[in-house]
Amino acid sequence: MTFDWGAIIDALPDLLDGLKLTILIALGGLAGGVILGTLTGSVLTYGSWLASMPAQIYVALIRGTPIVVQVMFIYFALPIMLGIRISGISAAIITLIINSGAYNAEIVRGALESVPIGLREAGLSMGLRFRTVLAYVIAPVAFRRALPAMGNQFVSVVKDTSIFLVIGVGELTRRGQEIMAQNFRAVEIWTAVALIYLLVISALAFTLRFIERGARLP
Amino acid sequence: MSMIEFKSVSKSYGTHLVLPEINLSVDRGQVAVVVGPSGSGKSTMLRCINVLEKISGGDLTVDGISVLGSQSEIRRIRLEAGMVFQQFNLFPHLTALENVMFGPIRARGRKRAEARDIAATLLAKVGLAERMDHYPSQLSGGQQQRVAIARSLAVEPKMMLFDEPTSALDPELREEVLKVMQTLAMEGMTMVVVTHEIGFARRVGSRLLFMENGHVVHDGNPGELLTHPPSDRFRDFLRHVH
Repeated sequence: MTFDWGAIIDALPDLLDGLKLTILIALGGLAGGVILGTLTGSVLTYGSWLASMPAQIYVALIRGTPIVVQVMFIYFALPIMLGIRISGISAAIITLIINSGAYNAEIVRGALESVPIGLREAGLSMGLRFRTVLAYVIAPVAFRRALPAMGNQFVSVVKDTSIFLVIGVGELTRRGQEIMAQNFRAVEIWTAVALIYLLVISALAFTLRFIERGARLP
Repeated sequence: MSMIEFKSVSKSYGTHLVLPEINLSVDRGQVAVVVGPSGSGKSTMLRCINVLEKISGGDLTVDGISVLGSQSEIRRIRLEAGMVFQQFNLFPHLTALENVMFGPIRARGRKRAEARDIAATLLAKVGLAERMDHYPSQLSGGQQQRVAIARSLAVEPKMMLFDEPTSALDPELREEVLKVMQTLAMEGMTMVVVTHEIGFARRVGSRLLFMENGHVVHDGNPGELLTHPPSDRFRDFLRHVH
């Protein structure tokens, strides 16, 4: 066979269009997932038995089911149950938030629990409220400990956007599939799609490394 | 007037009774040194004072405020009772200066510039003016503990509680910490010091307490108690720590 560069060049505008959607969904999922994960992780660590119970069930539910099933449920089952309509993109972002939030919660819990109890006692013993100690002592230390694992999770989030092709969201992978269905240039199209992912994720990994280095303590 | 007053205080963890009944008062300006074998309840007793441990029975007042009071009363007690820990517990993400500025800013509501002056003065006092911008991991154990003392003093407490401040230090680093504590005692600070440093008790203590199994067994003048140990048990203990 001959590698047809022209097929890639023809497909590029469409693929980049898909990439835009991929990035949009990933950013929404990342931001929401970090917020949800931080809240849930804090409740898991410091919440009463009653408060942490729902958080534990949520985490178990998400980690115990495939993300494809989760998005199918949110896109097809939930609208029937609640009598609402939901767009593919919204379903994709919601799924990513809920999914990565559960994994982030465990990362946050682990990081918070790894902070020595003595730091908390040192803060409390000078007459501070627990929330002040949490914000200015525990959180900054935990943040640094959570960064590497969080970074891995971010990379997963970007790659997980590709599964939303199952609900017809026109992100990068879906676009690749559509183009290939028309021109049958599987080698060229999937090479291009893979390289685009690789580029985006390398940029993300580089940024994360940069942040980690900046936050590192002597 | 007494700064710290234990009235029939008991403390237990579940069914394990650590302090059966403590009656004790520490006066303003006193330096009470508490010694005893490990597991005798000395640290627990100390931690009850600034409410890192909740008492199980009786009452305990610190500067007239009961540890059984509201959260805001507990915070007032903690503002007045500075604590120094065996493991230093410096904030690892802050420099020495920022560690000492933390209390004035967050606990006393001071402005940054004010806090910086307080912190710089205190770090100079503990002999670390040259190390202000170092992070805890860049300091020796003795230096870290001196920063920790400065950090507690920066909150301007009326009394200082020391929980085995030199136990985690190599012998050659202990003296620099003890010297700082001695200076503090000479300035009239009310202090309760849980330690194994018998020499410090003799030199600096105005009062020596020997604890065993949650009881204060001996309580008196350090010189007298150390020269004429009133019990075989205490004499035995002294032989072991020397």
